Amino acid sequence: MTDSSRLSAHELAAQLRTGDLSSRDATTTAIEAAERGNRALNAWLSIDRERALAAADAADARLRAARASGPAAVDALHPLLGVPVALKDLVSIKGGQCTAGSRILEGYRAPYDAHVTERLREAGAVIVGKTNMDEFAMGSSTEHSAFGPTANPWDLERVPGGSSGGSAAAVAAYHVPLAIGTDTGGSIRQPAALTGIVGMKPTYGRVSRYGIVAFASSLDQIGPFARDVRDAAALLHAVAGRDERDSTSAPVPVPDGLLHLTASDDEAAAGLRGKRLGLPKEYFVAGMEPGTEACVRAAVDALEAAGAIVEEVSLPHTDYGLAAYYIVAPAEASANLARYDGIRYGPAARDGDILANYLATRGAGFGDEVKRRIMLGTYALSAGYYDAFYVKAQKVRTLIKGDFDAVWAAGFDAIVAPTSPGVAFRFGAKMDDPVAMYLNDACTLPVNMAGLPGVSIPCGLADGLPVGLQFIGAPWTELALLELARGYEGLTGSAEWRSLEPTDLALSLDPAVPTPVERAAAGTHA
Amino acid sequence: MATLSRDEVAHVAHLARLGLSEAELSRLEGQLNHILEQYAKLAELDTEAIAPTAQTIELENILRDDVATPSLPVEEALANAPERRGDFIVVPAIMSGE
Repeated sequence: MTDSSRLSAHELAAQLRTGDLSSRDATTTAIEAAERGNRALNAWLSIDRERALAAADAADARLRAARASGPAAVDALHPLLGVPVALKDLVSIKGGQCTAGSRILEGYRAPYDAHVTERLREAGAVIVGKTNMDEFAMGSSTEHSAFGPTANPWDLERVPGGSSGGSAAAVAAYHVPLAIGTDTGGSIRQPAALTGIVGMKPTYGRVSRYGIVAFASSLDQIGPFARDVRDAAALLHAVAGRDERDSTSAPVPVPDGLLHLTASDDEAAAGLRGKRLGLPKEYFVAGMEPGTEACVRAAVDALEAAGAIVEEVSLPHTDYGLAAYYIVAPAEASANLARYDGIRYGPAARDGDILANYLATRGAGFGDEVKRRIMLGTYALSAGYYDAFYVKAQKVRTLIKGDFDAVWAAGFDAIVAPTSPGVAFRFGAKMDDPVAMYLNDACTLPVNMAGLPGVSIPCGLADGLPVGLQFIGAPWTELALLELARGYEGLTGSAEWRSLEPTDLALSLDPAVPTPVERAAAGTHA
Repeated sequence: MATLSRDEVAHVAHLARLGLSEAELSRLEGQLNHILEQYAKLAELDTEAIAPTAQTIELENILRDDVATPSLPVEEALANAPERRGDFIVVPAIMSGE
């Protein structure tokens, strides 16, 4: 069997079309890689071999039929047909588990498919399984999963970022070429940065959230992970667009250009010429790691050398973003998570009166971080504090959005910035200090507060660990952002760090290696 | 900026229907107050004349035709219920039976 695990989705698609590779073989390879690597990484919460192979066989049948019909039929096939993909475990698959990383959804079986699940099925993509995440997507390290943390394939003693850490690790470790995540304050971009892959948070309203477990409804957005920009664009294209079951999904056309990003590195890099990029001085935050800053500044210099026009800009309310976000997001979460009451689904205490049952079910079902956020949100929305906290934060949100609007009004094509203030950190390093954990999102959460698209792409290593470069754009400019990202990718196509595989990739396949749960437990005693 | 007493933490937990242990309440008292200190930064900004933003992409009145479509079959909708009787979910009595 061909070792297809190193192939990108578009390389896989090309081999599937010629018949050099079958989807069954590619899917079997993906499942075996996921199963072998999962002891060390804990990236997957479930792998559904049976349904994946059935989907692969169906894809192979479609591929055979198209080949029999001729080149036009082959050309008309969807680029994701037969390609393995992972879903964060908050995306509903009918009949499947959907834990959102929480005990309170243990045993729950989704009664219907999410919109993104339907779209991936229509495309013929092969859903391999569900990935680990911080509980209810609340966290920046995946350590808040009720099912144990995920490890980073670059260093098994470090986190992969979060909350979509399982999806990021599964793609970075070559289990699958593509994965779906969600991003409420950075939960796609930050783990993409920390694991050295591409991750995009689209414009608010770009992808329907129907069938996704909600965290903070004015901020949540679904997006793609991939190992290169073209794959991320193809996955976004597959899932984006209006769906009337999510009233916030916008009737804005999805550009087909997402499927046609250039394959030529030189052509992509040439497209950077004349692009006006704003470099926000406030994003080089206090406490930023010097190695990360140096890496990002070198990337910006490279963009400039390639002909981009980089000018410093100011987003003066950046510093207020964190506080405003940590009011808005917990407030919305406290309302969204009120539904977990043990009445209709999930584990339930049944031996008291209705109030006692609520208290016991929720007290036992939610983890520490979720409880913290529900408490914060409930307090911020409670009588006497609503104006002081929630309305104040929403007003600050207006100011943050205004900062970005001024940059677009000044004619900039995009903003270029760090994705995260530092590289992947060790298990336990920030678990006892919620505010330190929250600071991870300082460069990503303003983008959610303003509803904008942002993409993180790898820009090198600091201390042997991946660093992410973020492009942020005006609403609905995903294609332009991905062209910029593809330009930087092309520009650095022959850079030495691009050829490096995650340092602990081989170790992650060692059956004797400690699990992340064991490492995290050891870390708290260190 | 406000600070939370231990009793207030317990009150908020009750409002949120979270059954918390004494140890959890103590830990949360410290953590929540530390987070509230960070919120104090927002007071630096004069937002008197600023309108709040609840939704960023300025969509208005997304409407659809009022057409009946099939819902989940009862069996599927109730499949996850911890306890059911016929087509109903069983919950503890809310009013005392007389």
